[in-house]
Amino acid sequence: MDMIIKFLCAAISSGTPLLFGTVGEILNEKVGHLNLGVEGMMSVGACAGFMAGYYTDNFLIAILAAAVGGMLTAFIYALLTVTFMTNQNVTGLTLTIFGVGLANLIGVFALAQSPNGTLKLPETITATIANLNIPGLSDIPVIGTLLFSYNPFVYIGIAIAILLQFYLYKTKKGLAVRSIGENPATADAVGINVNLQKYLNIMLGGAVCGIGGAYCSMIINGGVWINDNVGGLGWIAAALVIFANWKPGMAIFGSFVFGALRVLKFYIPKSVIEIPNAFFDMLPFLMTALVLVVSSARKSSQRKSQMPSYLGVNYFREDR
Amino acid sequence: MNKREPLIRVVGRAERVGKQRVLLTVGAIVLALAFGAVFLLIMGYNPLQVYATILSGAFRSKLAREGTVKVMIPLVISTLGVTLAFKMRFWNIGAEGQIIMGAAFASYFALYCAHWNHWVLILVMFLAGAIGGGLWGLIAAAFKIRWGTNETLLTLMMNYIAQHIVSYLRDGPWKDPEAAGFSKIARFDSNAALDKVLGVHFGWIIAIVLAVIVFVYLKYTKQGYEIAVVGESHETARYAGMNIKKITLRTMFLSGAVCGICGMVQATGADVTLTTNVAGGVGFTAIIIAWLGNLNPFISMGIAGAFSILEKGSTVVQSSYGLSADCADVLQGIVLFFVVASEFFVRYRFVLRNHKEAK
Amino acid sequence: MPYAIECKKITKIFGNTVIANDEIELNLAYGEILALLGENGSGKTTLMNMLSGIYHPDKGEIFVDGKQVSINSPADAKALGIGMIHQHFKLVESFTAGDNILLGQDKKVKKSVFEAEIKKMCDEIGLSIDPNKRVSDMSVSEKQTTEILKVLYSGAKILILDEPTAVLTPQEIEKLFDILRKMKEQGCAIIIITHKLQEVLSISDRVTLLRKGKSVGTVITKETTPQQLTELIVGHAVELKIERPEVEHSETMLKIVDLTVKKSDGGLAINDISFELNRGEILGVAGIAGSGQKELCECIAGLLPASHGAILYKKENILGKEPLEITQRGISMSFVPEDRLGMGLVPSMDLVDNVMLKSYRNSDGIFVDKKPSTELAEKMVEELSIVTPNISTPVRRLSGGNVQKVLLGREIASEPNVLITAYPVRGLDINSSYMIYSLLNEQKKKGVAVMFIGEDLDVLCALCDRVMVLCHGEITGIVDPRQVKKEQIGLMMTGMKYEEAVK
Repeated sequence: MDMIIKFLCAAISSGTPLLFGTVGEILNEKVGHLNLGVEGMMSVGACAGFMAGYYTDNFLIAILAAAVGGMLTAFIYALLTVTFMTNQNVTGLTLTIFGVGLANLIGVFALAQSPNGTLKLPETITATIANLNIPGLSDIPVIGTLLFSYNPFVYIGIAIAILLQFYLYKTKKGLAVRSIGENPATADAVGINVNLQKYLNIMLGGAVCGIGGAYCSMIINGGVWINDNVGGLGWIAAALVIFANWKPGMAIFGSFVFGALRVLKFYIPKSVIEIPNAFFDMLPFLMTALVLVVSSARKSSQRKSQMPSYLGVNYFREDR
Repeated sequence: MNKREPLIRVVGRAERVGKQRVLLTVGAIVLALAFGAVFLLIMGYNPLQVYATILSGAFRSKLAREGTVKVMIPLVISTLGVTLAFKMRFWNIGAEGQIIMGAAFASYFALYCAHWNHWVLILVMFLAGAIGGGLWGLIAAAFKIRWGTNETLLTLMMNYIAQHIVSYLRDGPWKDPEAAGFSKIARFDSNAALDKVLGVHFGWIIAIVLAVIVFVYLKYTKQGYEIAVVGESHETARYAGMNIKKITLRTMFLSGAVCGICGMVQATGADVTLTTNVAGGVGFTAIIIAWLGNLNPFISMGIAGAFSILEKGSTVVQSSYGLSADCADVLQGIVLFFVVASEFFVRYRFVLRNHKEAK
Repeated sequence: MPYAIECKKITKIFGNTVIANDEIELNLAYGEILALLGENGSGKTTLMNMLSGIYHPDKGEIFVDGKQVSINSPADAKALGIGMIHQHFKLVESFTAGDNILLGQDKKVKKSVFEAEIKKMCDEIGLSIDPNKRVSDMSVSEKQTTEILKVLYSGAKILILDEPTAVLTPQEIEKLFDILRKMKEQGCAIIIITHKLQEVLSISDRVTLLRKGKSVGTVITKETTPQQLTELIVGHAVELKIERPEVEHSETMLKIVDLTVKKSDGGLAINDISFELNRGEILGVAGIAGSGQKELCECIAGLLPASHGAILYKKENILGKEPLEITQRGISMSFVPEDRLGMGLVPSMDLVDNVMLKSYRNSDGIFVDKKPSTELAEKMVEELSIVTPNISTPVRRLSGGNVQKVLLGREIASEPNVLITAYPVRGLDINSSYMIYSLLNEQKKKGVAVMFIGEDLDVLCALCDRVMVLCHGEITGIVDPRQVKKEQIGLMMTGMKYEEAVK
């Protein structure tokens, strides 16, 4: 029992950075832009967030910096793919290489400036991002641990996902945003400013990814800067979008499932059953590939698929 | 209401050709380097010095030059692989996975048939690498022609699946019993390692030969011609009586096979063992190189060379200035951003309000 | 009261040469239905795209409600109360009807209020719709209803419908017209684009006619006749100096029997037609665009399967055989498709590579033998006076006429005995057109069976030995152009049978 609760908590924690990345990418893809630069946007966010936290010792500023970092990185992507109509795959891949490189470059630069050769977050902020411990609430058995024992990112992530689910599927703006990914010419014809909305949502998505990056740099390694701290989570997030069927709400579930799969191997006692770790690690991707194949194979299920019809296709009004 | 025209709008234009295009690209690269220089200045470095160090760092000694070539080999081979698929407008983002599977197939023989005659073994490993990568590439193509499954995302997933297959082999059946701590696959017998020619494993010869073959294949063979037609328009291919499904499968097998050869070369030449990191992002960089090289194998080779110089040289920048070697990635990124953006001006132009045209 | 829309000297030029609209004049009042009539390529859709903000006119003025406006985007058009219903519906397939209607609306409404509003609108003009139904589950006419409601709900008072009846059944068309009349009564201004004369006569108050990018007049519907309209559409008989060499032809090349071909959406493109194609003749095919010409060509060329019927060559059915197989039977068939750069040629490849598109297999071995195609390309450039910097220039960069010369030149070079050409002179200047005609005549003289899908009746009548008229995938008659009037062919294109048309 205790083990199960620990496992669930670990799953949720390890799924949280994925949640940010996935939700951010969903925003990109909903306006029709397959942005393979999630890893890059997260990395820049990771760096911006960590450095801001390190120098200001203020959690709010750190989060804000992470969001701005991710947003600016996404802006490069938006400028290139929306205005200059460049190939989305190539631009996204480059964004990843650029973003990861930039984050590491700045990381090494900052390390060189620091007196003791390491970067560790100062105390106030470390206390702020520690796991919650609300007297009374967090002590409730089972529920207290399951609900009130996480670091603030977990709650922020879930809140953002719920908000964006509402935004995309329950508001007029969201309807407009989704219509752009479904058919930009239609959106244009009804008077929606397609390019403006593309910029806004790609950048908003970048901001969310950036906060996810801050989780990687500030939480995963115990507040100590190491290079490559996003470590491929951005790629998993890009895959999770398919698993979550392009819905931020489903992304919560999906990222916790993927989080669970990432930590599962630590919680299955070797004495019970011995399955190679690699199999657990592979499972999320295998499942995503299956989802992709099955959804393309079954025409009838396409109606349920929320994959934007114009994903990956740039829009120019006079091309028709 | 009498709204004014928007400040800037985009309109199509007669396509720029020849000299103008070259100038555009050169201009973009110069701008990118200037932009990178400003960036370095802000960080407090002398950009000219850094650029000079990168160049000298890649060439300053025999060892450095060999190192540069070593970086270049997998880049060239995998670029050739993705070029085949891209020529057909098939978005093979799965070079990483195909490299890994090629390496894994080849490694089987390196591990268990090490006693074979050296050249027989090398040849078998070469073929195994090609088949491993080719089959891995074929999977996405099969789903694509059957159900129209999005190949970009599927090949991306296949990368991770391949990676974890190797980590399974590493932890399980192929685990080196003598490894202490972390499990790993044993170092190959030297009989299974690629020989060195002029100081570097002969993967560089394979790369050059493949570049010639791919160039000739695409430009002068019937199959290459078919790939180009299918890539341009399925309608035209149908009109010309081509079997699109067959061509798609064949081309993706070849694309994967070339990437698989890259994996074999990396495992048996560079690493002399199999790790999950055998591809190490090369497959992604290859996509960028192929695109920048306009899908021309020889131009791509030049760009792969430039990228290798950047990468090798920046390790020296790191040791001499304390500036992270990652500046290579950043510079690559900036150059690519400028170059892909410049392609816009080949077919479009901006029109300012009052019809003053921006060039 | 000022006009709803007034266009003064609207001009739109594509590229630097193609004049799609040439000083077009058009006006439209509230409470009126105006039909916009003209052949394909006469500039109707281009003009409407400028009113709906997709293109920007190069010259001329547009007035809405008497005020001069500049329509820079569909959003501007919407703000002016102009709503366009495109021929290809602009709906988000995965959304419900309600969501599609709400799309782009600024006002906030509750779901219940919205549904009541829709209900009320539907009642007023006699429509019905389920706002919760997904567009992908809808029939064509339901989709159109959704489009109309979408435009009305956005407050449009000026409606433009681009060929709204093309996809509807006669009953649905009647229903649509009832709706349009009701909307007119409510004071809307409506422009309807259509090819069908009967519809024009039944629905419109006035008709504005376009020909070759120019407005050639506006008539009041009540005071006109189908004959007058047809004359205006096709223009006064023009003396074309197109040769029609007499060739002895008796042998039947292809015999098409009871051919039925389905469209991609399941409807019938070609409905049970039979005809013969003879050696040494040019068989013209006339018909409004989309009457089944494309499918007929592709089916004969072996690119599209037929659901029924046969194509006989020397008593052997070649239907259902791959293009390659057909060639191997010794029927050398050449097809010049309508979409030259999208189907017939590879735009980014040079002349040489395009010339070998079908013949690249002919050489032995794995390599392409470029020598014959290089020679052929050079020969073509010289003989057809193709204007190109050299033979290694991508065909994408050639002008329309030269592109067509490359395509036709290649097809003729394969020495076909059947040559199918779809709109071979579309978009070409006079000189190029004449060259194409004489090339076709040469083929005819050689004994080739030529099929010529055309749109300009003057050309069809002057060039062809027989003219087959298609309407809705059926043959309304096969006539000798020397013996019938152009207007009669025009009437047959709208569905009138030969016997009626010649009365």
